[in-house]
Amino acid sequence: MTGTHRVRLRVNGAGHELMVEARRTLADMLRHDLGYTGTNVGCEHGICGACTVHLDGSPVRSCLVFGVQADGAEVRTVEALADGDKLSDLQQAFRDHHALQCGFCTPGFLMLAEAYFAERGLPPPAAPGAARAGAARSTPPAAAGPGGGAGQAGAGPEPSEAEIRELVASNLCRCTGYQPIVAAILATARARLAGGGG
Amino acid sequence: MTPPPQDGRWVGTALARKEDRRLLTGRGRFTGDMTRAGLLHAAFVRSPFPAAAVRAIDTAVAARAPGVAAVFTAADLGDPYLLATLDRDEFVPTAMPLLGGGQARFAGEPVAVVLAGDAYLAEDAAELVAVDWAPSPAVASLDGAQAGDAPQVHQGTAGNCLVDLLMFDDERLGGIFADAAAVVGGEFASARVAAMPLEGRACLAEWDDRDDQLVLHVSTQVPHQVRSGVAQALGIPERTVRVIAPDVGGGFGLKCVVGREEVVVAAAALRLRRPVRWTEDRQENLAASFHGHEQRYRVRAAFDAGGRILGLDADIDCDIGAYSAYPFTCAVEPLMAASELPGIYKVPAYRARGRGIATHKAPTAPYRGVSRPQLVLVMERLMEKAARALRLDPLRVRRLNMIGPGEFPYTGVNGITYDEGSYAESLDLAERRAAEQGWPAERDRLRAGGLAAGIGYACFSERTAYGTPTMSQRRMRMTPGYDTASVRMDPTGEVIVTTGTCAHGQGHETTFAQIVADRLGVHPDQVRLRQGDTDLASYGWGTFASRSVVIGGGAAARAADQVAGQLRAAAAHLLEAGAADVELRGGAARIRGDARAAIPLPEIARVVHFQAHALPEAVRYGLEARASYDPPGTFSNACHAALVAIDPGTGQVRVLRYLVVEDCGVVINPLIVDGQVRGGVAQGIAAALFERICYDDGQPVSTTLMDYLVPTAAELCPVEVIHLETPSRFSESGAKGMGEGGMIGAPGCVLNAVNDALAGTGVSFDHIPVLPGEISAALAGGEAG
Repeated sequence: MTGTHRVRLRVNGAGHELMVEARRTLADMLRHDLGYTGTNVGCEHGICGACTVHLDGSPVRSCLVFGVQADGAEVRTVEALADGDKLSDLQQAFRDHHALQCGFCTPGFLMLAEAYFAERGLPPPAAPGAARAGAARSTPPAAAGPGGGAGQAGAGPEPSEAEIRELVASNLCRCTGYQPIVAAILATARARLAGGGG
Repeated sequence: MTPPPQDGRWVGTALARKEDRRLLTGRGRFTGDMTRAGLLHAAFVRSPFPAAAVRAIDTAVAARAPGVAAVFTAADLGDPYLLATLDRDEFVPTAMPLLGGGQARFAGEPVAVVLAGDAYLAEDAAELVAVDWAPSPAVASLDGAQAGDAPQVHQGTAGNCLVDLLMFDDERLGGIFADAAAVVGGEFASARVAAMPLEGRACLAEWDDRDDQLVLHVSTQVPHQVRSGVAQALGIPERTVRVIAPDVGGGFGLKCVVGREEVVVAAAALRLRRPVRWTEDRQENLAASFHGHEQRYRVRAAFDAGGRILGLDADIDCDIGAYSAYPFTCAVEPLMAASELPGIYKVPAYRARGRGIATHKAPTAPYRGVSRPQLVLVMERLMEKAARALRLDPLRVRRLNMIGPGEFPYTGVNGITYDEGSYAESLDLAERRAAEQGWPAERDRLRAGGLAAGIGYACFSERTAYGTPTMSQRRMRMTPGYDTASVRMDPTGEVIVTTGTCAHGQGHETTFAQIVADRLGVHPDQVRLRQGDTDLASYGWGTFASRSVVIGGGAAARAADQVAGQLRAAAAHLLEAGAADVELRGGAARIRGDARAAIPLPEIARVVHFQAHALPEAVRYGLEARASYDPPGTFSNACHAALVAIDPGTGQVRVLRYLVVEDCGVVINPLIVDGQVRGGVAQGIAAALFERICYDDGQPVSTTLMDYLVPTAAELCPVEVIHLETPSRFSESGAKGMGEGGMIGAPGCVLNAVNDALAGTGVSFDHIPVLPGEISAALAGGEAG
């Protein structure tokens, strides 16, 4: 038997304290011990990316992280993105572009894209409460690139479709062929750069 | 709320999906998300050998392990099994035991199940179950299984043949081939693949004392067939089982059969009277669930000098693995292939033999497209080969042979009647569009830049919405086809639709609402689809074979029409008008030609429910109807085109451009149709270039996503979709099914493009996936192929 360990963490701004086995994955801890079932598990070996969450602001495959490694950390999951019933601009773009079918991979793509946006200095236009708390310890925005013109300070130039396609290639989707996922993320990036939100 | 479309019709509107909100916010409910007090977790003990006798199983140590509540073997459960059968002499039924009792027939076959209060502890304990195995030689390929002295997967099956169907024959063929200007053909093959939905299989079973019923939540496409399978395997009445499909994370055919693990979990929950959950992991999914589409075609085709096909002769062998899947049987692939091979081409003389061959590999299920990807690949390669042999333009050869405008309905040599389609128009449009976009010039530029580059086409139609008139020809003991829907308006004017179909990504909550909204003159937001629950819906056949919008949607349209009649009759009484003068539009019943005479539908619903006495007897007592629909089937069609570039050094194929001209009749929701097409094309490209389940002497070696290569966004390109619209007469709404077409056309199209790129090498390929090593070898010196 492996022993259990005390883990204290914040998930989407809410504090939790629990005892977990050393071998328990962060994905299982979030889903089954803490009830954040929005994060889905697709492969348990780090390839599909469906279980992507933010750990202290960085995207991680929560199937490849042990729960104990999240001790003292700030975790952000898909449940943090919407403001109550109001979808975030990114979620709305996924809906408008029909970027999800069965929806199982979708939370992973959303968290992947938000981590990329954070790195690019493109946070949601009006971050909802839970997300604000979750973002408190996130990575600072990347240095501003040349150009970029109008839009949010430090956001850099508009990403190309190829750049977004490469980002999307981190995760697997079996339903859509990825085209609408690329389109939804690109549209959100452009809207955030223009400062208009979704 | 989305504003109503200008013409007032929701069918045809690109309505954003009702399903999206919960799935985007993490509030969907997948099976693995559900928990219960006292939940037990199931872990299966699986055979490490492809073929082995089970001499003994010792569960004593596992049963004493921490957290373990029970361990069951086949004997503990009374040796239950699932049996899928055809009423045909040429078919050998093979019972699939829920747990292998005396024999394991593939590596991964479950022989025992451990139930523990924690999933990790269940897996720990599964390793403590001691099985005394007696391994024996395995057969793991078609050639191996068909050899004279091959071990038999099931005793008494010579050559491991489980089904052997000479579907068509023609004594004229000998003469036709002897006299033909060109005879082309060869061996065509497709490797075994996995459906690989992002959510693997999963179920949660619990006993409900109040309803005296087992409730089985399962990630399935076919809830009623799961109920039938559980009832038949466990010998209990269907009433005592309720199957509920919550949100389902993709299926692609993997979940249109009943998994033995689902029935074991049901049996364990019945026996222990405790809730039990099983969540398949990816390794189990890739190694031990169901595969598909491992087929070999040996085909000859005769052509005259002008390029007209004269005869077609095919021997089709399908490696179906160890068992017939319930309820379709292992005949589903060979039957489909042999009966539909001629496709859109006017073949005057035809012979086809289809066989299902058992091997010591995981069983197969009807994977998206079911034999159509292969038969389209075969026919499209034959057209190319004939054109090459006769020095003709390959698109001209296709046009010469395809069923043309004015020839519909056309009854083929295979006895199938093809309803109206746009076969020639879709090819014309695809060719024109590719030219407009400069594909030929781009191919030349790529070639000048040192790459191999090619353009490929595939033309096809696909029968969709197989009703019982068509399905009954297969002679399955359980014959799918019809479906039934009910439509009910509640006292506030909201509409509830139930159906036996079961969406798992296709957006039926949205499309069914659009269909019903038009019939009742309401907004789709007021229509709620309830599906995937055997206690709510009449017996139905679930969602597979591109059937749901035509059959389930047709039943819903018919039931809605009846409710519309009830509403008009009540409104006529309240407005003191004739029912024929009442129309339902914009949420109200209105008298035609009288702008002021209108009653909101909620008001009618209120009166019908709460003041029945105010209405004549005939229109009292509810706004509710039930209807069934059972069409023969209808053909969607499409033309696919692809431009590929190949790096001669690595042999890597990049699909640079992809175009689909498709005709699925009346489009209910263009967003969803485009999504289905693009997703299907991605799976078809995957099958053509990447995906392959490999076995090494019966051991599965593609058991992770590092070995089984599902393409990412980096391997795929945007797909342009252009619609033609030839409505079907065999469909209530004029719509045709379209869930599989993308997958059906893409393999042949991509393979033709690859062969076009290799045209100068003298090498061509007739199998999928065609891999970089083979291609670079061909480009280096033509030794492969």
